Amino acid sequence: MTRYTTATDADREAMLAAVGVASIDELLAEQIPQALLLDRPLDIPEGLSEQEVNAELGRLAAKNTSAEDEVTFLGAGMYDHYVPSIIDMLLGRSEFLTPYTPYQPEVSQGGLQVMFEYQTAISELTALPVSNASVYEGPSAVAAAAYLAKLVNSKTGIVVSAGVHPHTIQTLETLAVGYGSTVTVVPLKDGVTDLDAWSAAVDGDTSAAILQQPNFLGAVEDVQALSDAAKDDSPAVVIGAYDPITLGVLAPPGETDVDVAVGEGQTLGNRLDFGGPSFGFFAAREAFLRRMPGRIAGETVDVDGRRGFVLTLQTREQHIRREKATSNICTSQALNALAGVVYLGWLGREGLPELANLLVQRTHYARTTLAAVDGVELLHDQPVVREFALRLPGVDVPQLVAYVQDHGVNPGLALSRTHAGVHDDGLLVALTEQRTKEQIDELARLVGEAIQSQRSGTTDAAARTEVSA
Amino acid sequence: MSTTENTTGRGTKDVHIGDDSAIAREAVLPAAGGSDPRPLAAPTTSVNPIQRDHATTIFEKGVEGRRAFVAPATGVPEVALDEILPAKLRRTTPARLPQVTEPELVRHYVRLSRRNFDLDTGFYPLGSCTMKYNPRLHERVGALPGHSRLHPFQTQDHAQGALEVMYGLERQLAEVSGLPHVCLQPSAGSHGELAGVLLARAYHEARGENRRKVLTPDTAHGTNPATVTMAGLEVVKVATNPDGGVDIDDLRAKADDDVALIMLTNPNTLGIFDPNIEEIASIVHGVGGVLYYDGANLNAIMGITRPGDMGFDIVHFNLHKSFTQPHGGGGPGSGPIAVSDRIAPYVPVPVIRREELAPANGAAAEHRFELISDPADLPGGVDGGEPGSRSIGKLRGFQGNYGVFVRCYAYILSLGGSGLKDASEVAVLNANYLLAKLEELGVREHLPLAFGTRCMHEFVISGGPMKRDLGIKTLDLAKRLLDHGFHPPTVYFPLLVEEALLIEPVETEARETLDAFAEALAEILREAAEDPTIAQNAPYSTPVRRLDEAGAAKKPRIRQAIA
Ligand SMILES: Cc1ncc(COP(=O)(O)O)c(C=O)c1O
Repeated sequence: MTRYTTATDADREAMLAAVGVASIDELLAEQIPQALLLDRPLDIPEGLSEQEVNAELGRLAAKNTSAEDEVTFLGAGMYDHYVPSIIDMLLGRSEFLTPYTPYQPEVSQGGLQVMFEYQTAISELTALPVSNASVYEGPSAVAAAAYLAKLVNSKTGIVVSAGVHPHTIQTLETLAVGYGSTVTVVPLKDGVTDLDAWSAAVDGDTSAAILQQPNFLGAVEDVQALSDAAKDDSPAVVIGAYDPITLGVLAPPGETDVDVAVGEGQTLGNRLDFGGPSFGFFAAREAFLRRMPGRIAGETVDVDGRRGFVLTLQTREQHIRREKATSNICTSQALNALAGVVYLGWLGREGLPELANLLVQRTHYARTTLAAVDGVELLHDQPVVREFALRLPGVDVPQLVAYVQDHGVNPGLALSRTHAGVHDDGLLVALTEQRTKEQIDELARLVGEAIQSQRSGTTDAAARTEVSA
Repeated sequence: MSTTENTTGRGTKDVHIGDDSAIAREAVLPAAGGSDPRPLAAPTTSVNPIQRDHATTIFEKGVEGRRAFVAPATGVPEVALDEILPAKLRRTTPARLPQVTEPELVRHYVRLSRRNFDLDTGFYPLGSCTMKYNPRLHERVGALPGHSRLHPFQTQDHAQGALEVMYGLERQLAEVSGLPHVCLQPSAGSHGELAGVLLARAYHEARGENRRKVLTPDTAHGTNPATVTMAGLEVVKVATNPDGGVDIDDLRAKADDDVALIMLTNPNTLGIFDPNIEEIASIVHGVGGVLYYDGANLNAIMGITRPGDMGFDIVHFNLHKSFTQPHGGGGPGSGPIAVSDRIAPYVPVPVIRREELAPANGAAAEHRFELISDPADLPGGVDGGEPGSRSIGKLRGFQGNYGVFVRCYAYILSLGGSGLKDASEVAVLNANYLLAKLEELGVREHLPLAFGTRCMHEFVISGGPMKRDLGIKTLDLAKRLLDHGFHPPTVYFPLLVEEALLIEPVETEARETLDAFAEALAEILREAAEDPTIAQNAPYSTPVRRLDEAGAAKKPRIRQAIA
């Protein structure tokens, strides 16, 4: 008997008697061919007590350097935002944590109404009329949007800006093989999508034209110009991948002729969690409603005329339409989307623009301060909101990252990790409301120090290597 | 307004349904949950005014000027926005988000939560979903900052604990599945399916073959055929034989050299372990096809039998089913895949490797975990045959739902190999016991087992006879169960069974709960024999009653109109 299994030996005896078999082995042997029964125990150690497992997961956690242990300027898709206490409390409630997808609406009104409120919040945020109740996460949301585009216009060309997150481009390339589309990447110019190359790439066979706002290098794109160019003489569905927090200050997709807005929802009240779980949001023009993937909650009334909510438009979905479904998604990210809507409610109508403005100001300060460090240049000088890219010519950036981390600050992403051979001397620095002026100043000081020590050839890292060699 | 009489004679007066003033006069209902000993008063409405108040949204509760968030001071010299962000790139009207204070926000969502049925409160025998207890230890360890505040781009030397969790979970899942290589990346079962079908495609294409067909039994879950379409292949349906397994003749007729793969669940969605699985494997392998195992039903077989040993090449796991990730009202989940050697080169990147480090002067051997994103960095590079060397690419951002991995790793450490086996054995025992109990109570007279005589961890009964004899449908039975404080089973699935009820009782439920559930079914049938309208109009005790789903779909209102 294990901790979570309820049957005692006496229960088992009684239950076996009721079933009419002598043992569980007999019950299994009746159904499973002898040759297939595993004739040895699983090679997984014996179970542990709760306190032992607690200690082991604590030991493993302690081997990681989290945003609790260092001052982090890492972003590139996920950001160390403050998660308000009410989110922990609400997500920990059994009534939200432990139900399945709301297949029985009469006893799932809480979850269904949350979905409805979430959809409303996402529509408001994106200025697009329809939203689903969440998809898995950011990059796969983009691939799902491109699949929708294919269903809408039956074209097979996907044009994607090089400013889109590299994981997103990789995900698109992987999944587009499935639905028979080909992906063309349009380069950046001065840090933003090269408008001429974009216009030239989008043509009559283009199914989807995909941009990211702000782009991977932190630059704010002129989305209106990109969507205008993409719609000029092309059936292309314009897809924008957004960081939702920045929509507190940036023009929303629905006002810049973007047809489908998707994105990574982690910044809305979700933890970093080493990359997941978070959620992807998915909003679109009205015309695409019946081709959307995923669950959608709708308002209705019950037999007594009482207001209620149900899963609706299910004839799009796999459990009804099977091979003709608009997507295969089933289990999605409901709990993470709950965090998202609670977070948006917590920020509120005034709070979101205030937070975005705070990010803009601190980002501007950080960018100016770092650019003033000897040996540091801007990788581009486009407007930025919460993240920016630097160049450190002649500097070994991964080594600089290690040096600065040794001093308790994570300076951001060495772009050689995502753009080897393209931005080998690049560093991508992200801000959240948790990064203060003092921390920014400290970052600038440490970056300067790291550059100086590399120049004088006596980096800590080099010194360490000598010792251990 | 419909009026319904109390016909159970268990101590309540008549109640006018839908009349809010009746709420105050109601008798006590059991809390949701099978083992609640209090007598059932039915039909009636709920006593809990929170659950039945008129629904208002957080947007409707807003009042101009109210707020919860207070921004910290920027703390830096401020610059006019126009100087750093041109007006044409900016938003002009703020998103009309709620305007509420924190106390209101908390009250709103706590009250909403009380309009949900949940697993902690009651029995949830939703077939194919494995609604087993979610240990709270997992929430605690998942929340440790070393896990929950770890950035996915953290440099690998600073994420060794996370990589160790992932590597360890990969090894455990490989052992459970009997397949050597695991990729944790997919976000849920259906995402794992998509990975699997793309892997099978890549495998065939690497051999110069362009196979188009995917065999799927008619018992398959909807995600299987939907996935096939998204992966650009064609569904070919295979019939089910009278014993509930794959119809071997039909399979033989359809297995040809255009078959890329077969997708099977075993035990299948009828709860039947297909005894012909080895023959099925040899037929499909015989035409060069790949076998895909939908692992949604893994809770029946952990430590008992393994998909890899049955001949499968690719398996997905639903960590939110057999491995206790709480379902969250529809996610998050996680859908890792395990694959055989021949499929391994194609698995998504990044892959995790354990590198042995040379021991430094007499110290114990050390190791380091490494995430490799570029196949060229693998030993032997793209031609080395290592897992990921010919990767299909990525399925999503970063490395998967790590927070789920932490929980599931903790679960497997807690149970150990023998505990996993015990869990599956008791899941099977519980299902068979419930079947026996239903027989004993005469329930199966009206709700016969659809196939076979025994089952694995779940079973399907048909509401067809009940509908004909007693005049209530499976839907009515399901809705009436809500008044008894139980979540209904999965209904109308699998599609080939008339008025299907798919029941999965799981190992974490006590015998008394199964007894109470069986008795509730018997009681509903008895009641229906006397007056079918009671079930036909159920439920009565829930926050809302039957909802107009057709109306909702006809004129979709999927967001709040905001002033
Ligand atoms: C048999 C079966 N296959 C596949 C799935 C899909 O899994 P998920 O919801 O994790 O995508 C499910 C779950 O709903 C299932 O029951």
